[in-house]
Amino acid sequence: MTTTTATPRGFGYRHPRLRLAGLLSAPMAWLVVVYLGSLAALFLTAFWTVDDFTGQLVKTFTMKNFQQVFTNPAYLGSMLRTVSIALLVTLFCLVLALPLAFFMARVARTSWRPLLIAMVLTPLWASYLVKVYAWRAMLQPETGVLAWFLDPLGLSSPGYGYLGIVITLTYLWLPYMILPIYAGLTRLPDSMLDASSDLGAKGGRTFRSVVMPIIFPSIVAGSIFTFSLSLGDYITAQIVGGKVTMLGNIVQTTYVTNLPFAAAVATIPVVIVLLYLLAVRRSGALDNL
Amino acid sequence: MSISRGTRVVLTIFAIIAFGFIYVPLGVILINSFSTDKSLTWPPSGFTTEWWGKAAESESVREALLTSIGIAIAATLVALVLGTLLAFALGRYRFFGRESISLLVVLPIALPGIVTGIALNNVFTSFLGGLTIYTLIIGHGTFCIVVVYNNVIARIRRMGGSVEEASADLGANGWRTFVYVTFPLMRSALIAGAILAFGLSFDEIIVTTFTAGPGITTLPIWIYQNLFRPNQAPIVNVVAAALVLVSILPIYIAQRFSNADERGGGLI
Repeated sequence: MTTTTATPRGFGYRHPRLRLAGLLSAPMAWLVVVYLGSLAALFLTAFWTVDDFTGQLVKTFTMKNFQQVFTNPAYLGSMLRTVSIALLVTLFCLVLALPLAFFMARVARTSWRPLLIAMVLTPLWASYLVKVYAWRAMLQPETGVLAWFLDPLGLSSPGYGYLGIVITLTYLWLPYMILPIYAGLTRLPDSMLDASSDLGAKGGRTFRSVVMPIIFPSIVAGSIFTFSLSLGDYITAQIVGGKVTMLGNIVQTTYVTNLPFAAAVATIPVVIVLLYLLAVRRSGALDNL
Repeated sequence: MSISRGTRVVLTIFAIIAFGFIYVPLGVILINSFSTDKSLTWPPSGFTTEWWGKAAESESVREALLTSIGIAIAATLVALVLGTLLAFALGRYRFFGRESISLLVVLPIALPGIVTGIALNNVFTSFLGGLTIYTLIIGHGTFCIVVVYNNVIARIRRMGGSVEEASADLGANGWRTFVYVTFPLMRSALIAGAILAFGLSFDEIIVTTFTAGPGITTLPIWIYQNLFRPNQAPIVNVVAAALVLVSILPIYIAQRFSNADERGGGLI
């Protein structure tokens, strides 16, 4: 057979559909069967119940678990508290990351950038648990670092609790907000800032009308991490939360004895995150992850 | 450029404070590991290297470290194979459902770890008859796929298909093209992806808690178990400090294979 085609030879190249199937089958088997299958099974379980006497699963459809989450004040409070923590953490991360990323991308010398990026990345690689533990040492009432620093100033350490959780989670997820915003800012051409000031815009106006629209997808990309990771966290609450509990703590304490209820509680952050992901998919933020 | 001097000064001061916020807690961990105090107390009352010696001799710490490394290697291998296959499928072909797959691959790290954890725990205990070291590797592999995928697909997008076509025009078959052209171009992306996957697995605690068989203790699990034991604080401090120091290493290596630019400055 004589051929003049420029595509590589071989069975797969002449049969692109088969080649695609070959590439996709193993990863899809893993992600769809193992992962999506497990998630589906979990959400199905959320509509079942556990028999109080035998501890066996009762596989009949009921909304009882969800009703319990939304009507029991303790669970409802925990849910609202968790969402408020996730929102506050996202806000704190944004407030810290915007000026810092702007400094890295626009103020610091270009030759410093690799060092500055490494300085943001390094704590990301320090173990999650170690960082939470570090904040246990920071926040400890009376003998913690913050108490030692703040007490002489007449202030008091936030200690373990709601604010402690917010500070620790902000610390944990901050790099996830800095890096996308930094990347967005480095893509912003100088000429656009110059054009804006030539047209008479002051700093604030330029920021609102030129910088913000360009880095918005980066902010959304960062917020996916800060919001979602905060919603599902329970270890931070255990270590620096004192008596404050989050949704994850309820899941963790109930899943052995009442899996359907734990599944229902776990569904809540998933639904919130999925709605958020679907809403932002159009903004192109997912390409910035 | 139109940034005033005042703004520059304010931003510089802000950056110094922000970096302080980022590094002070890590510094506290390092200093505490040399403290003579047996509980978390600041400021430390004295200097000693005794705890570093005790931690180095600790059998349980060494076992946990080896377990963590072994699991991270296995999960990285799974992620390398599956992530690369997926990246080639999505990077080279246009087909129905392509967008959904790119969303699906991010899901295991975008969803809270506890959800992935109890979902896998439920399935493993109901259908596989319980938790083992293999269920733990499956759990870790699942969320590591995305980092390999992201690195490889970024490289595929940048590389295009022309070099492979050139190879084919010169008479190479599919396998030869892969060995001499495609793989060498992919190598640094694969290394960067592997380092990230290894780090992700090594650090993971939540999915580990729910998918590890009984008696399997990774380093994060070891820390977690000893965190609230008062007399263990000095050893926990040392392990924590060692992990902070070790975390600098992957950063250095990843910088060498850095392809943050081609990934649009993405994280993972």
